[in-house]
Amino acid sequence: MATSNVDRKISDPLMNPGDEPYFDAAAQGRLLIKQCSDCGKPHHYPRAICPFCWSPDVQWADASGEGTIYTFSITRRGAGAPYCIAYVALDEGPVVMTNIVDSDLEAIRIGQRVRAVFKPSEGGISVPMFTLAQTADAPARQET
Amino acid sequence: MTIKDKAYIVGAYEHPLRKAPNHSVAQLHAEVARGALLDAGLAKDDIDGYFCAGDAPGANPWSMVNYLNLNRLRHVESTDMGGCSYLIHVAHAAEAIAAGKCNVALITLAGRPNSEGVSGTQARVRGVNLPDSPFEMPHGPVTVNLYAMAAMRHMYEFGTTSEQLAWIKVAASHHAQHNPHAMLRNVVTVEDVLNSPMVSDPLHRLDSCVVSDGGGAIIVARPDIAKSLNRPRVKVIGSGETSKHQMGGQIDLSYTGVAWTGPRAFEEAGVTPADIQYASIYDSFTITVLLQLEDLGFCKKGEGGRFVADGNLISGVGRLPFNTDGGGLCNNHPANRGGMTKIIEAVRQLRGEAHPAVQVPNCALALATGVGGAIGHRHGAATLILERE
Repeated sequence: MATSNVDRKISDPLMNPGDEPYFDAAAQGRLLIKQCSDCGKPHHYPRAICPFCWSPDVQWADASGEGTIYTFSITRRGAGAPYCIAYVALDEGPVVMTNIVDSDLEAIRIGQRVRAVFKPSEGGISVPMFTLAQTADAPARQET
Repeated sequence: MTIKDKAYIVGAYEHPLRKAPNHSVAQLHAEVARGALLDAGLAKDDIDGYFCAGDAPGANPWSMVNYLNLNRLRHVESTDMGGCSYLIHVAHAAEAIAAGKCNVALITLAGRPNSEGVSGTQARVRGVNLPDSPFEMPHGPVTVNLYAMAAMRHMYEFGTTSEQLAWIKVAASHHAQHNPHAMLRNVVTVEDVLNSPMVSDPLHRLDSCVVSDGGGAIIVARPDIAKSLNRPRVKVIGSGETSKHQMGGQIDLSYTGVAWTGPRAFEEAGVTPADIQYASIYDSFTITVLLQLEDLGFCKKGEGGRFVADGNLISGVGRLPFNTDGGGLCNNHPANRGGMTKIIEAVRQLRGEAHPAVQVPNCALALATGVGGAIGHRHGAATLILERE
């Protein structure tokens, strides 16, 4: 079984002022998204104004951490390869760039259900990633 | 205001080198500038407009303006939209000429990523203050996987196959065999592409462009100046430019920004995709070509795979001859930016100066289009329509 987080060093997020709550929550195992109090729409990546209505009244909200793979690719050459980069459509709506980890790379497909896990960067910052969810019709392969 | 009929491309030059370890980047810019000037038959001090993008040393116009000793500039611009910048520069030069801001505009591109070992599987250098970077860089986005994710989605939505994508490389290689400067001159088969190493699924090594040093330059001039020169005249008749992005998390990778720039350019030019006799299509990867062909309306969305199969892009064989110099996939992709060479080959076709084996007979209407950045997240897009007068 090939996993995608064994060898690759996860670079530290170069945070800007205002990004801390996202990564602080990740350290607690929570995935946050930004939600607009005016138009009601969630967005990603998180911003100080709503990208849809430009309201400054945006709040952090807990996401379920569950979603569906919109697309992915297994990068097989280059630093830390192989690893799976993906866009995951969160159940709340926004599509987020991520990695699919702790999973058989060859079993990853568009449309599969995933759930959030959290992996440390080189400097120890928690980064939200996703792993294939175990479902009755698509059981995750057992590690042997 | 429209740019239609307001300006002509009067000079074009492509650097012959593909690896230039002993050239400086400024030297490459200067050599292509001189080449385009000689091609046009103009003098240095005729230039009163200068355009460059982020590949220019210093990432501002100052260094090259100084190096080239351009003393009569009335218009300077450094719009950077990645690899499609130079298509935008031609349109902006035409706008500036139409507005009386300059008469003769020089546009240069050059770089040496081949000598510097810069490929598409290395993380880009990202600085601080980028709003997107903290949420992306830890996940390892590199040039090739950002395109690969678009290809994977296209396959899922429309049933596009790796064999169909491979036909784009096959067509480019048929053209490159006639170009003595092309980095890859061997004609390849669909099987060759599929048997080349997988770089980032579903894109193989041969689905990718080359990494080359070199560069190119274009000179755009006022109509009366163009008419005073003893060269075939290439008129700018339509353009479009935009930037496409992630839309707050409402990502749709099934199309590129060319879906917006193509229709605008066709409308301005007063022509349709069916009128186009030759197309330069930005080809960082095979999927880049396929998406743009659909976005331009050469076929319906989702039918790009069938459109490119069986040699439909090969000059003399198929319906839409493309990238007859071998393009980025086989010839060159100087500075990791392919927009300039797209314009240059379109100019060659309209002047009848392409290699005889790939020259489109009596080519009077050509298109050049491109994307810069990465279609997997954020990119610029531009389309130009050019006409032989």
